Amino acid sequence: MSTDSVNNGRRKFLVAATSVVGAAGVSVAAVPFIANWFPSEKAKAVGAPVEVNVAKLNYGQILKVQWRGQTIGVLKRSADMLGHLPEVDPRLRDPSSEQSLQPEFAHNEARALNPEYLVVNMHCTHLGCIPELIPQVGAQPFDSDWKGGFYCPCHKSKFDLSGRVFTGVPAPTNLTVPPYSFIDDRTIVIGVSPEGMS
Amino acid sequence: MATSDNSMETNAAETRAEAAMGWIDKRLPVTKFWNDHLAKYYAPKNFNFWYYMGSLAILVLAMQILTGIFLTMQYKPSAAEAFASVEYIMRDVQWGWLVRYMHSTGASFFFIVIYLHMFRAMLYGSYRKPRELVWVFGMIIYLLLMAEAFFGYVLPWGQMSYWGAQVIINLFGAIPMIGEPLTEWIRGDYFISDATVNRFFALHVIALPIAILGLVVLHLTALHETGSNNPDGIEIKENKDANGIPRDGIPFHPYYTVKDLFGAAIFMLIFAFVIFFWPEGGGLFLEHDNFVPADPLVTPTLIKPVWYFTPYYAILKAVPDKLMGVVLMGVSVMILFFLPWLDRSPVRSIRYKGVWYKILLFVFAIAFIRLGMLGMAEGTPAEMLETRFWTFVYFAFFILLFFLSKGGKTKPVPERVTH
Repeated sequence: MSTDSVNNGRRKFLVAATSVVGAAGVSVAAVPFIANWFPSEKAKAVGAPVEVNVAKLNYGQILKVQWRGQTIGVLKRSADMLGHLPEVDPRLRDPSSEQSLQPEFAHNEARALNPEYLVVNMHCTHLGCIPELIPQVGAQPFDSDWKGGFYCPCHKSKFDLSGRVFTGVPAPTNLTVPPYSFIDDRTIVIGVSPEGMS
Repeated sequence: MATSDNSMETNAAETRAEAAMGWIDKRLPVTKFWNDHLAKYYAPKNFNFWYYMGSLAILVLAMQILTGIFLTMQYKPSAAEAFASVEYIMRDVQWGWLVRYMHSTGASFFFIVIYLHMFRAMLYGSYRKPRELVWVFGMIIYLLLMAEAFFGYVLPWGQMSYWGAQVIINLFGAIPMIGEPLTEWIRGDYFISDATVNRFFALHVIALPIAILGLVVLHLTALHETGSNNPDGIEIKENKDANGIPRDGIPFHPYYTVKDLFGAAIFMLIFAFVIFFWPEGGGLFLEHDNFVPADPLVTPTLIKPVWYFTPYYAILKAVPDKLMGVVLMGVSVMILFFLPWLDRSPVRSIRYKGVWYKILLFVFAIAFIRLGMLGMAEGTPAEMLETRFWTFVYFAFFILLFFLSKGGKTKPVPERVTH
């Protein structure tokens, strides 16, 4: 076949038009495959509030429950423990929780509705490990002036007994406080804020 | 009479075999491929111990694929069944323990071989022009291998699987703006769950192995285009005889096929010994906490990745800032891609580079090993300080290499390879 009859203009047009349609098709077809990886409807539906009975909790004890796949800790704090909180303020990154996440009702020194109970999302704000509760006061291998708090085994982040983060550790913000409320003296419901509060 | 009959028969058989081969060659270039890549592929004659690692990497890859196929026949990729199915393989499946240990300990041996293979390139400048793409493809294989190892580590659904996945996936959460939705997209849930282990299984057994195999083909195609470097770092193709064959070259087959087979045998002896008597490597190859089923409520007291990730993990821990730690860790891996352009020395091999490079590379190797050890450690304040020091040394290597290599002292390079 001679090449005289080749219509280069038509070939270029066909290649360009096919490329444009093909690119549009590929990008549209990519959407279902990418969306496929997001949480399914079933995963989204799971997330009902959780009730916790704290009657048997002693001072310095923590109760861990799961809510929406997150580990939530309920720590009972004595007056002595609460008394130590202001002492560590100078060593904290965000002592008044301005940069941290908590419901408005917990935006206070004790980061709680009732100072006696700390309800906190246990996942370290660095990379999501569960910090260990070390409530006793006294020197620790990682801190010579320990006033009690949480210590993350993964990357050595430290938090006080209100879940407030120390400076010089990788975690950027304080532990997150989830919405919760009291049904009665001994029952906390996690996932629901008190009526009229957020 | 008898002898001539025999030789006539042999001749006839040979002719028949040649005819059969000719029939195939006209349809599939088997002989051409054999000659191009083995019988008439000329490699430098001065290869030493370090040159075993490439063929050993292929051997381990083949072993991982074979044992992996068998493991998929009994493993169940679900949060409810994964841990128990691995225990089933270990206790009840005939020889299941052997297949599983070959696979799990094989992963560590893969990284031993790959790290030695990469160190060889740094010793002899194998990444230098014109082999930049050989190095880049190799680095992509290394990245994919890290992802493959990570996904594989999650599958047994033990405590370290769970919390390792938690930490690694949350690394992406440090990215501003898109971080949080990105982690949900990777997990397929708001926490590490059944959806996560199910998709990691798919990636581990299908997506990444295919990608790795494809890149191995590219790595070898690029290598066979330029030809291998050698411990002297000189081009054997620049000195050819009348037939166009490099004077310092020997055909890969039979010279290096035999050498590599011998190396493979020694390697398999060592590998078998470790699998039979030390399969967990004292917690290095299989961590103790991973024999406890995944528990979302309790993080093990010491979280650390498997040994082959700890140097980078140490760098992550050394930085007291979430985003910067993740960035620095990423840079510490990605900077290796640029070695071909950071090294500007007029010679390739450490043999002729002068004492500055010997010191630099030695200190770099110490830094990498020390970071690996510190990455596994508790993280006391003294250890933190030391980690920061070696992190600094790690990066200083690349910067010093860039500046010292251009004007650094070199020795005269010989015309022909030495051996």
